[in-house]
Amino acid sequence: MTKRKKIQDADLERVIGNLLRYGVLTASVIVLAGGIVYLVRHGGEAPEYRQFKGEPDIMRSPGPMWHAILGGRGRPLIAFGLLVLIATPIARILCSIVGYLLEKDWLYTVITAIVLLVILWNF
Amino acid sequence: MTILGFTIILFVAAVVAGLLGSLTGLGGGVVIIPLLTLVFKVDIHYAIGTSLISVIATSSGAAAAYVREGITNIRLGMFLELATTAGAIAGAWLATYLPTSVIAILFGVVLIISAGLSFAKRADPVTTGTPGELSVKLRLNSTMPTAQGPKPYFVKNILGGFFMMNIAGVISGLLGIGSGALKVIAMDNVMRIPFKVSTTTSNFMIGVTAAASVGIYLNRGYIDPGLSMPVMLGVLGGAFVGSKLLSTAKTESLKILFALVILLLAAEMIYNGVNHHI
Repeated sequence: MTKRKKIQDADLERVIGNLLRYGVLTASVIVLAGGIVYLVRHGGEAPEYRQFKGEPDIMRSPGPMWHAILGGRGRPLIAFGLLVLIATPIARILCSIVGYLLEKDWLYTVITAIVLLVILWNF
Repeated sequence: MTILGFTIILFVAAVVAGLLGSLTGLGGGVVIIPLLTLVFKVDIHYAIGTSLISVIATSSGAAAAYVREGITNIRLGMFLELATTAGAIAGAWLATYLPTSVIAILFGVVLIISAGLSFAKRADPVTTGTPGELSVKLRLNSTMPTAQGPKPYFVKNILGGFFMMNIAGVISGLLGIGSGALKVIAMDNVMRIPFKVSTTTSNFMIGVTAAASVGIYLNRGYIDPGLSMPVMLGVLGGAFVGSKLLSTAKTESLKILFALVILLLAAEMIYNGVNHHI
């Protein structure tokens, strides 16, 4: 029983490790691509960050974001990369839930699920 | 100054922050916020949002390396995350209502405490005796791999640790930093687990906690792509280089240097906050 659990633990950890690494890498590539587009389009302008204005919808909501990305804009693409980055720890938590389910560890399935729900609720 | 120039400078600064952060364990976010607010006069809300992104990036990047070694106590991390995420959400909400000068002062104070904590004496882990009932019920006690094979350890003062994690969460949500120093102290000195376990578990938790407040930050429009892009890429690059240098670097002297820099930045933040320049 413990040996099987150890094997499952090791598998799960490997999946999580890869997930994190590829997630961060993918996010970085997208952010870099968006960054290049952004700098090509706006590199010569002056930055305006002294006053907090809040980000427009195309930087925050997936729908308008995709529209703007397909329209060739850089910052929404960066924003999309940021969403991928944010999804990485969330996906990691999901993996843990699956792992605990497989181990029939109900206590931690519930605990991890609560944490996940709290996180998702704020989006 | 053009956006291009600004972006390049930010990127270089972020690389340095990531490098120092990974070598000293003091975190890159603490440098990003003062840099943005003091030097570039960026509104602190944007700065906090940017810092939070860098925290998620470095946490996930580093965790990818640690997870496989089997040192991180994921159950403990998850259990404590119940406290941290609740705190993070409270902190993020606070951030939207507190005046920015107050946030700046709080940031400076927390910075000073964090820098001091990073030099705190490590407590000896508890490996003998009987485990507490709560730690057994919650299955928090575990083993850590050593050269001599797996070494068991026990987790003490769970409620005390839980409470401290709650505070760490509030600070993280309010200021957009990782609060790694506070988390490590909570696990190391209060819960008496081995240092390596507390640092890796803390790193795991930092990413989860950051994910909790980031939703609120996104909805409030604190996260700006133009700022996040160079900072995220720079911090990741710096942390990557730092991890390669770790074995050869003189971390003690770096830590002292970094702590001095942080103290200076903290003083500036407090000064500017008090004078309402932020």
